[in-house]
Amino acid sequence: MGRADAATGYLFIAPQLVGVLVFVIVPVGLAIWYSLNDWNIFTGQLTYVGGGNYQAALDDPALPSVLGATAVFSGGVVALNIVLGLALAVMLNRRFKGAVLFRTLFFSPVVVSVVAWTLVWGFLLQDNGGVNGVLALVGVDGPNWLQNGPTAMVAVTFTQVVRSVGINMVLFLAALQGVPGELYEAARLDGADPRRIFFRITLPLISPTLLLTAIITIVGALQSFAQIAVLTEGGPGLSTTVLVYYVFQQAFSFNDIGYGSTLALMLLTFVMVLTVIQWQLRRKWVFYED
Amino acid sequence: MPTTAKKLVSALALGTFATTAACGGTDAATEDIELRMSVWTSNEDQLALFDSIADAYIADHPEITSITFESLPFEEYNTTLTTQIAGGNAPDLAWMGDLSADLIDSGALVPLTDALEGTEGWDYGDLLPSVTGEFSRDGELYAYPFSNSPFALYVNTDLLAEAGQTFDPAGLTWDKVSEIGAAVHDATGKGGFVVNDFNYSSWNTLATIWTGFGATAWDTDGTECGFTSPEMTEAFTFLHKAIYTDESMPGPGTTADFFAGDAAFAVAQVSRAGNLDGSFAYDIAPLPAGPAGDYSVIGQAGMGVLASSPNAEAATGFLAYLTNPENAAQLAQYFPPPRQSLLTGEALAANNEKFTAEQLQTVVVDQIADAVTLPNHTNPAEIAQKAKTELDAMWAPDADIPGVLASVCSAVDPLLVAK
Repeated sequence: MGRADAATGYLFIAPQLVGVLVFVIVPVGLAIWYSLNDWNIFTGQLTYVGGGNYQAALDDPALPSVLGATAVFSGGVVALNIVLGLALAVMLNRRFKGAVLFRTLFFSPVVVSVVAWTLVWGFLLQDNGGVNGVLALVGVDGPNWLQNGPTAMVAVTFTQVVRSVGINMVLFLAALQGVPGELYEAARLDGADPRRIFFRITLPLISPTLLLTAIITIVGALQSFAQIAVLTEGGPGLSTTVLVYYVFQQAFSFNDIGYGSTLALMLLTFVMVLTVIQWQLRRKWVFYED
Repeated sequence: MPTTAKKLVSALALGTFATTAACGGTDAATEDIELRMSVWTSNEDQLALFDSIADAYIADHPEITSITFESLPFEEYNTTLTTQIAGGNAPDLAWMGDLSADLIDSGALVPLTDALEGTEGWDYGDLLPSVTGEFSRDGELYAYPFSNSPFALYVNTDLLAEAGQTFDPAGLTWDKVSEIGAAVHDATGKGGFVVNDFNYSSWNTLATIWTGFGATAWDTDGTECGFTSPEMTEAFTFLHKAIYTDESMPGPGTTADFFAGDAAFAVAQVSRAGNLDGSFAYDIAPLPAGPAGDYSVIGQAGMGVLASSPNAEAATGFLAYLTNPENAAQLAQYFPPPRQSLLTGEALAANNEKFTAEQLQTVVVDQIADAVTLPNHTNPAEIAQKAKTELDAMWAPDADIPGVLASVCSAVDPLLVAK
């Protein structure tokens, strides 16, 4: 490659590089620096504390509960999002009257403002709200969804899944439509039942999309903030206080930027480790045609 | 939606702070001064009044070219203000509520006493001692308490009549309010009594009830937790019984907006009267007596000068003008004033369409002198959150009331240090 070609190439990637530098590298560097300091926001005094904030994380009695809630919420969101997204895609991949309408219906929550979406669900999930009103019609005495730990976790997980499952559905639909029809035809001629066809042909051929959706869903779940902030404020107790909400509380409500930065780096590490693990595991279960 | 990336971007935005925040404290400019004041009101009439006072001041002070009132959403006011301070973009003057203790203790506010006492005609002695304490340290005033709004008991007399109940403010007690509230709930399905803005989250508003039981969130030094006191246990036992036994108070997760006609009684500040739209008949009374007798509670707001302002001296001069007796009288039409000379029922009624002079004398003027403020402390957000996390366990039918209150003290004790 000639020098002129290289320069042209660098020019093309320059905007992205500048973006990454300004919005990722520098902030991460600053977060590392802040995590080593105690910062009094009101006086502007920055006091170097070394590993003090990291020790504080180890000693924080609330952190195990927060990490537990993060695992339950993220695990629930990822599992439901992928399973439901795939199931919807498989169902809507057929030609039937109203298929486009249903696709639009399931995708539409994705384009709704997350705060507006969550506010509406906040009203619906009140003790005397719409959800319990519907349940009462069929003789079920619904719980006070947002006021006790387990049902509050179900509520925030459900609202997150319903809102975001449309993205995975669309990605799976695109992948399903890329599977060659002759493979299905050959399998059917060989006597394979639908279950076998799904697990032996469909799933392997859409596995690159499965990897993609797994990564973006996990990252999205770990960064879910508005649902928690609007629906439960992390409560009752700490039952729905996930790590990203805890970071926000520490840094921006309690003005403890140093400790908040430490926790933000912990979250960043989790996201990176999970992504790397999935990327490494892809060799074992992702099928690439080429 | 704040994501990790956005958090880090915020950190980047704050990063300029370290090099800029230390630059304030003295007037860097002697001309072309532009002042900015953060407020949380977006009421056009109130902002117009502030603008008119500012225009009059600028006319006499050519060195000041503009005074801007920056309206920030109330819900995010503290976060926005602290982010501005941290980012080196602090306003010159700011309204403050529960952030005042942190601002004063960290030296972020300019002392005002000498400047106000030294302003001709300001009449410092006119300030009520009961309203300056929250904004003072060691006898020095750091913020002018421009709004001192007592909490009162609003009554939906239509709902009471529908339930065949009557209301007599004389000798009214919390037990009686709960009894009437339960009767209204039984008869109409509406809520009995609500504490406005509590929403099973902002527990500090419950001070409007527990003060009547003789309880306090912490001692006057702010070092000893008061949630395990017998008085606090009695107050929460009353509340728990009202919610789960008498059903006179709507439980958690139930929406009951007094101003929409959903409850018989509401504890709310007098300044909320603007929410009364005439859709039902109402009355207002001082807070009912508790076992400890009569009491009153006020919610306050102050305005102060940020020490980091490069125009702190000019800002202090404007604050002295904004709060002088003449302008304080104008502000009094929206905010119950801290000046004794302005505190009469007739003066307050002149600009109040909701209540008579007699009502305002009873629920505002007669209450302020002996009022206590809502609990406030340094690090208010963390204390509020830690206590809320524990108090969530209180709002269940089978709650262990003394156990929950003990856990509140365990959670907030490490944060309670001397003010």
